[in-house]
Amino acid sequence: MPQSDTFSEHPPLVRLRKVHLSFGSNHVLKCIDLNVRQGGAVSIIGPSGSGKSTILRCINGLLTPDRGEVVVGDTPVHSLRTEAERIALRKRIGFVFQQYNLFPHLTVLQNVVLAPTRILGVERETAEREARELLAKVRLADKDDAYPGQLSGGQQQRVAIARALAMHPQLVLFDEVTSALDPETVGEVLSVIRQLVQDGMTCLLVTHEMRFAEEVSHEIVFTEGGEIVEHGTPRDIFHAPRNPRTHAFINALRN
Amino acid sequence: MASEDALILRTSRVVPRISPVVWWIAIVALAWLGLAHFHGNTVATLRVWLPLLASGLWMNILISVLAIGIGTVLGIIVGALELSRMRWVSAPARGYVQAFRNAPMLVLIFFATYVFPFEIQVGSLYLPFPDWIKATIGLALPASAHIAEIFRGAILSIASAQWEASASLGFSRARTLRWVILPQCVKRVLPPWMNLYAMITMSTTLASLVGVTELLEVARIASNTVNRTDFTIFVYLAVLTLFFLYCYPITRFTAHLEQKYAFH
Ligand SMILES: Nc1ncnc2c1ncn2[C@@H]1O[C@H](COP(=O)(O)OP(=O)(O)OP(=O)(O)O)[C@@H](O)[C@H]1O
Ligand SMILES: [Mg+2]
Repeated sequence: MPQSDTFSEHPPLVRLRKVHLSFGSNHVLKCIDLNVRQGGAVSIIGPSGSGKSTILRCINGLLTPDRGEVVVGDTPVHSLRTEAERIALRKRIGFVFQQYNLFPHLTVLQNVVLAPTRILGVERETAEREARELLAKVRLADKDDAYPGQLSGGQQQRVAIARALAMHPQLVLFDEVTSALDPETVGEVLSVIRQLVQDGMTCLLVTHEMRFAEEVSHEIVFTEGGEIVEHGTPRDIFHAPRNPRTHAFINALRN
Repeated sequence: MASEDALILRTSRVVPRISPVVWWIAIVALAWLGLAHFHGNTVATLRVWLPLLASGLWMNILISVLAIGIGTVLGIIVGALELSRMRWVSAPARGYVQAFRNAPMLVLIFFATYVFPFEIQVGSLYLPFPDWIKATIGLALPASAHIAEIFRGAILSIASAQWEASASLGFSRARTLRWVILPQCVKRVLPPWMNLYAMITMSTTLASLVGVTELLEVARIASNTVNRTDFTIFVYLAVLTLFFLYCYPITRFTAHLEQKYAFH
């Protein structure tokens, strides 16, 4: 469905308006507009270096745009100044990385309970019970005591998802979370994300898995050269792109 | 942290790895038995002095443990300050490290001895400030500078992705350091830290130069009192043996840890 319809129904959970960002002379984001509604799943596709990760990092305050607005819920992310304000924001936003970035010195269970216990002040017992439930949900119930180094990439990535979910985020950002995985383990991670979207978690995904993006997303955003070239429903973007650059990108991937 | 401790305990139980220590102790013991056979009289005199020598060694151990303890706490703080993004915090920390890393330990011990008073007045109370504590401070300062460098290196060696992952979970920089970075550093800093400890232990003999009654000082007194060349040789041999027995297992264990973690 077109974005303007959903926009009028609910105010979006994430709203980017005319966002610009440069690294030195490298103009990386050029007037980005983006909405993600509550419970929506939006996928960002586009060539390498087009600014996809940078968009995600602006949303959780790892980067601050030079101009424009980034609003998450009621929080104006672009005008946060202190570390405490950014921490309050990040507690509400899960982030899953391409390279998992688990804590190698902690077991799977400890990885999942560290932030709830140390940041949210949840009781250890409660946190562990919940962590076990989450690990069961990502189908890793038997790996509590393993260290990240003993797991496959797909298993590590599922732990990373459980770790993000343990903070009860309103929103989860996924940055090419299957790009570093063996082909055999991509499916198990995608099915966890699929379940999450079905459960109504608001998700913003950067992905190269076109078939998956088409299947789970409510909206696709195509970026190139720091601009949003086109956005629309999966059907429109993948089967009837209006912009020739979108067309070229999707055709190149098909072949 | 608990898992780190478990690792240490586990490695210390690996008996075949420790066996060189046992070998050396056996060789040293045999050498002493040989000496006792040919110089029974001198060794008997040495035995009389042994309790005093042992209490001297105890002083060395006390100084070294305190110095490394203070040095570690100070060093972690200074190392963390060195990494601060604020220049007015990091610059003095870096200055501290450079100053104390490049100062001879003996000079620092002399300095500490003369710069601090021999007693401290607290209200109407006069607390003694003995020389051995001053010597400890003289050793703790360079130790803290070395440890700051060791920690800074270890912290920098941990990928920035760990900082980013922690930040994304809502960790502040300080909490990331405490819960994510430092625990990962422990494993990496353990071998250089133990090397430093062995070095500090051997440097505690410098305290004899400011009148602390530690092992070397006891040996000097013994040698002057008995006043026989063969006894003098034996007593210093005993000093070397005692230090060896204390430090060698530490260096062996360090080498073992270095090997174990070389490929991490
Ligand atoms: N911290 C940084 N400092 C300087 N330049 C950066 C930084 N991060 C990203 N860039 C630059 O910004 C541009 C966009 O990077 P970004 O990582 O957002 O791209 P991407 O679309 O995620 O690409 P990929 O698919 O390769 O991950 C690139 O040209 C990159 O070199
Ligand atoms: Mg990227």
